[in-house]
Amino acid sequence: MSTIVEEKAGRKEAAEKFERERPRLEFGAAWEYAPAPESKDHARLQKRYGLFIGGKFVAPKSKKYFETINPATEEVLAEVAEAGAADVDSAVTAAEEAHRKLWSRLKPAERGKYVYRIARLIQEKSRELAVLESMNGGKPIKESRDVDVPLALAHFFYHAGWADKLEYAFPRHTVSSIGVCGQIIPWNFPLLMAAWKIAPALACGNTVVLKPAETTPLTALALAKICQEADLPPGVVNILPGAGETGAHVVNHPRIRKIAFTGSTEVGKIIQRSTAGTGKRLTLELGGKAANIIFEDAPLDQAVEGIVNGIYFNQGHVCCAGSRLLVQESVADTVVAKLERRVATLRLGDPLDKNTDVGAINSKMQLEKIRELVACGVEEGADLHQSSCAIPAKGYFFPPTFFTGVAQSHRIAREEIFGPVLAVMTFRTPEEAVEKANNIPYGLSAGVWTDKGSKIFKITSKMKAGVVWANTFNKFDPSSPFGGYKESGFGREGGVHGLRAYVELS
Amino acid sequence: MSTVPVLPFEPASIPRVDQVGVEERAVSLGKRSIKKEAKKTGIRLAISMIDLTTLEGKDSEGKVRQLCQKAMRPLPGDPSVPHVAAVCVYPNLVPVAKDALAGSGVKVASVATGFPAGLVPLPVKIEDARRAVAMGADEIDMVIDRGAFLAGDYAKVSSEILAVKDACGEAHLKVILETGELETYDNVRKASHLAMAAGADFIKTSTGKVTPAATPAVVLVMLEAIRDFYLDTGRRIGMKPAGGIKTSKQALHLLVLVKETLGDAWLTPDLFRLGASTLTNDLLMQLVKETSGRYQNEDYFTKD
Repeated sequence: MSTIVEEKAGRKEAAEKFERERPRLEFGAAWEYAPAPESKDHARLQKRYGLFIGGKFVAPKSKKYFETINPATEEVLAEVAEAGAADVDSAVTAAEEAHRKLWSRLKPAERGKYVYRIARLIQEKSRELAVLESMNGGKPIKESRDVDVPLALAHFFYHAGWADKLEYAFPRHTVSSIGVCGQIIPWNFPLLMAAWKIAPALACGNTVVLKPAETTPLTALALAKICQEADLPPGVVNILPGAGETGAHVVNHPRIRKIAFTGSTEVGKIIQRSTAGTGKRLTLELGGKAANIIFEDAPLDQAVEGIVNGIYFNQGHVCCAGSRLLVQESVADTVVAKLERRVATLRLGDPLDKNTDVGAINSKMQLEKIRELVACGVEEGADLHQSSCAIPAKGYFFPPTFFTGVAQSHRIAREEIFGPVLAVMTFRTPEEAVEKANNIPYGLSAGVWTDKGSKIFKITSKMKAGVVWANTFNKFDPSSPFGGYKESGFGREGGVHGLRAYVELS
Repeated sequence: MSTVPVLPFEPASIPRVDQVGVEERAVSLGKRSIKKEAKKTGIRLAISMIDLTTLEGKDSEGKVRQLCQKAMRPLPGDPSVPHVAAVCVYPNLVPVAKDALAGSGVKVASVATGFPAGLVPLPVKIEDARRAVAMGADEIDMVIDRGAFLAGDYAKVSSEILAVKDACGEAHLKVILETGELETYDNVRKASHLAMAAGADFIKTSTGKVTPAATPAVVLVMLEAIRDFYLDTGRRIGMKPAGGIKTSKQALHLLVLVKETLGDAWLTPDLFRLGASTLTNDLLMQLVKETSGRYQNEDYFTKD
């Protein structure tokens, strides 16, 4: 009897000793980076912003204004006009007139020049736009500086080139514009999404009424100013901040010919119901729950970088985020250990600090949603792994998090969390990986990691997702179409495919 | 005999490296903004990690003595600037460096084993290393036989490292992979593990005679190999990038790679060195600028 007890105690002691002496890496204070904040002065904030209608900033007929804040400090940045039904109507009238009298009749090469000029102005104001984006949305300055702004201007440059070549994009067709496009964009990439929407619409000869997200209107309004500076004819671009109600006015306006929406699947369904039978064209880019599949023959250190980029980029506020990790059982322990170490080095904090990797959650509401789903993951029995990084006292922050021991039937493996939270699941065979990856109502993106070329082709072709990355993740280019399968939406943005949504063919 | 056990080397078990991914990660770490106190601390740390090197056919006693003075007092009149880690010379100049550096704490490193090609018979390599140590070298920078490695003769490469390690006795052994000739990151990763398993105290990128040399991505691949080797065996292997490191910006970038890959324990000259001949003055110029707010004329810094 006693020998068994002794033996057990001995084993426990040995295990503890092993744990104590196990080699580990310390990422501490040996050489601290000094704070390196980008100056807020670049942002040039106004106290109050109007609606951008007919080439001018105007006071809202709704007489309503709302405050927009910095989610990293909870400070009010500005007051922004909220567009009501009458304002939407004015904007549509301005856009319709601009389309009828000028924009659709302009020589395509001339249209191209305007789009090109917008691109150049974004480029010139890169720093201002990046700082503004980080202040209003909470994303790290390194991302707004290196990803959001460069990609936004690339979209304008790319589409400027198409303006006078549309007949080559659609051979054997006569190409004409549609009319007024109503565009509703989300808060995760405010300027970039505005660019994705406006650039192709304008290049194809349409005019737009764009509603930025409620929490992040400032860069869209800066873009409105850029349109003014570019001498864009009044009414070609109209920007109407507001919340869901404003969006509904846009969607339901009878003289809008096309709706482009990027946002949640829930709202996408409402929009599709509202536009059904109206003759309005519709493209939807909705939610996702992408599988990032790591095979045992993958380059593991780079795969871990891809996992981190896939889920912690922009605090996980990415519709195509790699929020489900499917890792082959034979390398699961190794990958999880590597991921744990890597997450410990992520620097969370002031979005304006150039060394920040993970910034602030976009809004209090979103933070609460993330907290709720993480609590649910714990309750459902998954193992929580969380960075022990310090969380700033003010602002909306959430530490980089991942769950292991997750099954397909956990809520955290099914629902889009839209935050820095990853669900790690394992698989045994390629077939199982494909089945699990596709076993979700969404289908926006997927990632496949293997050093074996033939496997890349085999697996990627089986993914029911609009974008599939191989040995990388979250890569975007204006020439590459982006969009979803299943409940992730329909229609493509970018590339020749993206133009299709903004032209009438005969 | 060496006290460190030789570990098995299984080429098939070495992790693969994706070129695009590793270069992207190396570039992203180069964007860390190192300012103010962090910059000063980083520069002082970098100076203390330099292996001040001269490896020319025209090296003479006079040249080496002058270099040793610079090594001990990089910024005359400012004792707060640390001395460099070591002076690295050809074997014939080891006694000169040893004498000039006596009592300073600066180590003497010598290249050996038929540097830089390594294409001489093993007994010559062993003798080369043994004599350099006998003449006073504290550290030996050996080269691997890249021809044998690329031909897949890992056993030859491994046994040569083992034999040289043995010849080094108490002296530290740095194994130069000459990554510019291995070409692929997969090879760099494989050669790193091979060298560590065979008993290297340090692994080093390059001889300085071949370009490309210590690119950030190559350094990152080697640091990741060191990290995994440590986690598997508990043995801390040192890292020495060498070749083409000329600016403070490059040096700080490499330190960032170390900090964020291996962590605090490696931020010491005992485990990280920078092989360089002209880096010191740029570090000093940046250090003085951080303190005074102005850039000095290059003639304010001594060229030895």
